[in-house]
Amino acid sequence: MTQKTTHQKAWLLVTPVVVLVAFNALIPLMTVVNYSFQETFGNNIFFWEGTHWFEEVLHSDRFAASLVRQIVFTTIILLIEIPFGVAIALSMPRKGPWVSVCLVMMALPLLIPWNVVGAMWNIFALPDIGLLGKTLNSLGFDYDYTQQPFSAWFTVILMDVWHWTSLVVLLSYAGLSSIPEAYYQAAKIDGASPWAIIRYIELPKMKRVLIIAFLLRFMDSFMIYTEPFVLTGGGPGNATTFLSIDLVKVALGQFDLGPAAAMSLIYFLIILLTCWLFYTLTMKDEAQ
Amino acid sequence: MSKISLRQLKHSYLSNPSRDEDWALKSMDIEWSDGGAYALLGPSGCGKTTLLNIISGLLVPSSGRILFDDEDVTDTPPEQRNIAQVFQFPVVYDTMTVYDNLAFPLRNRGIADSDIGPRVSEIAHMLDLENTLQSKAAGLTADAKQKISLGRGLIRSDVNAILFDEPLTVIDPHLKWVLRSKLKEIHRRVGSTMIYVTHDQTEAMTFADQVVVMHEGTVVQIGTPIDLFEKPHHTFVGHFIGSPGMNVLPCNFVNGGPRFAGHPIETAGTARPAAGYSRLEFGVRPEFVSFCADGIPVEIEKVKDAGRYRIVDTRNGDVRIQLLVPEGASVASGSAHIQFDPAHTQIYADGWIVSEPAP
Repeated sequence: MTQKTTHQKAWLLVTPVVVLVAFNALIPLMTVVNYSFQETFGNNIFFWEGTHWFEEVLHSDRFAASLVRQIVFTTIILLIEIPFGVAIALSMPRKGPWVSVCLVMMALPLLIPWNVVGAMWNIFALPDIGLLGKTLNSLGFDYDYTQQPFSAWFTVILMDVWHWTSLVVLLSYAGLSSIPEAYYQAAKIDGASPWAIIRYIELPKMKRVLIIAFLLRFMDSFMIYTEPFVLTGGGPGNATTFLSIDLVKVALGQFDLGPAAAMSLIYFLIILLTCWLFYTLTMKDEAQ
Repeated sequence: MSKISLRQLKHSYLSNPSRDEDWALKSMDIEWSDGGAYALLGPSGCGKTTLLNIISGLLVPSSGRILFDDEDVTDTPPEQRNIAQVFQFPVVYDTMTVYDNLAFPLRNRGIADSDIGPRVSEIAHMLDLENTLQSKAAGLTADAKQKISLGRGLIRSDVNAILFDEPLTVIDPHLKWVLRSKLKEIHRRVGSTMIYVTHDQTEAMTFADQVVVMHEGTVVQIGTPIDLFEKPHHTFVGHFIGSPGMNVLPCNFVNGGPRFAGHPIETAGTARPAAGYSRLEFGVRPEFVSFCADGIPVEIEKVKDAGRYRIVDTRNGDVRIQLLVPEGASVASGSAHIQFDPAHTQIYADGWIVSEPAP
């Protein structure tokens, strides 16, 4: 038996990080926790409400509807962006002068501020004067994202794919570039088909970056606010009111701080739990 | 299986090679006979791997032809050349089991599953991989992974040649020895042409019947290990092979005979070098230098014990000469006289041997 040495003093070295995290995450979060169990009418007067707000949120049809919209949206964009991003990364050149051109082109959408993206697509997709809207209508499609839920969804998804596929591309490309040349050489010698190279070399080697890409896209899309807010404002009706848009309506529109706080915590737990589950499950193989 | 011939092969990684050093491989003509065990030996960066990749088809040479038997394969891609190659670092398909890894080259060539099974078991048995056949290749040690790579190289029975690119670099010393003997044994049993790249002379000497020594993109000598030791065709081979390397000492021709520091040197079958060289030397291995009563005077500088023999560093003027003395023999200190064995003394002009017809 070897005695494991413990250095209790090491905890001291971690203190700065703990303090920093406390100030930028835990303490603000605590105020939310505070609101979620109490009712206030201003003037710093609070009444204990217990789990009432949580029960209210969990039983509300409005929350359920936003949550379903959110899940559908996230599922659709993940199903499009991950395969599409991998496909683009696979078809990008690995060396030569075009590498930097492609990388810069790919990075461009990521550099645009989110509200600008929303505003751009708002104008781009207008059915009467926008390039996209006008074109679709002149091709015979009945397209009007300000009036029809289906058009609105189509536009929001197209916008997100345009804005964020690049992230998946860049991460996948980084994963691909780190594959040693010998793997491709061995595959050639072994007579592997192009599909076999993707299936047995490139995808397995990209696994880790794809997990990161998936998690980032899941979290970001699940929290999406600015772009659909600027584009559709959650409409027409409530058609594109995703969780965060709904949350802002409850908290700042109706000023229902208690239900809003409860909603935020539930929202936060859903994201945390999903990420943890996904990460644990996908990493189970690696650990063995 | 076939004979592999390289005709006036040259390669440069640059698009417009102009200077001599732009060429990774300078013009070479080599024949690798069917079923031979060859070692490609040379220091890092001498073009060994380039040559190997050209033979397997991963690289297309800048000029020259490659023939398998009499068929020109210069522009044939690797998968159609029917060649196996094992790389320096293990390449395994992580998501497959060891069995699937070994079966992969066969499956890609459309061989029936019923024929694959026995072949995989045979190779797995040879490389001692039987116990891990059903486990995922990803979790194995570097040793085991390299054995899988070797196995994929050996699995096809109909290959024209098997090329090894320093395959035992990542293997630990004990297993290295075992695997090298195993490769040798496989060569004897299967009889396919094997070309083994290495920078380790022991590895080359134990594996190969014929050793090809490369230096700065040129093949300097092809021969059996004994040839390389006794008659290096180039001073580089003299230095590179043997430990310690050959003594290469300056000499000049006086009255038609070579002289070193005023003393005549006897060589076996000396030919007078043609004019036009800039540097004239003679080479003699430390094994063939001995002390004598009356010869070339030297100062003894240092005696190093190397186990079964001792290495004596001596000096004549500015020129260092090493010699080997068997264990137990006495070594004088201070001044002494030495002589060279004429049968193992060669003259070199600009590095190339002249006491024999040039290669």
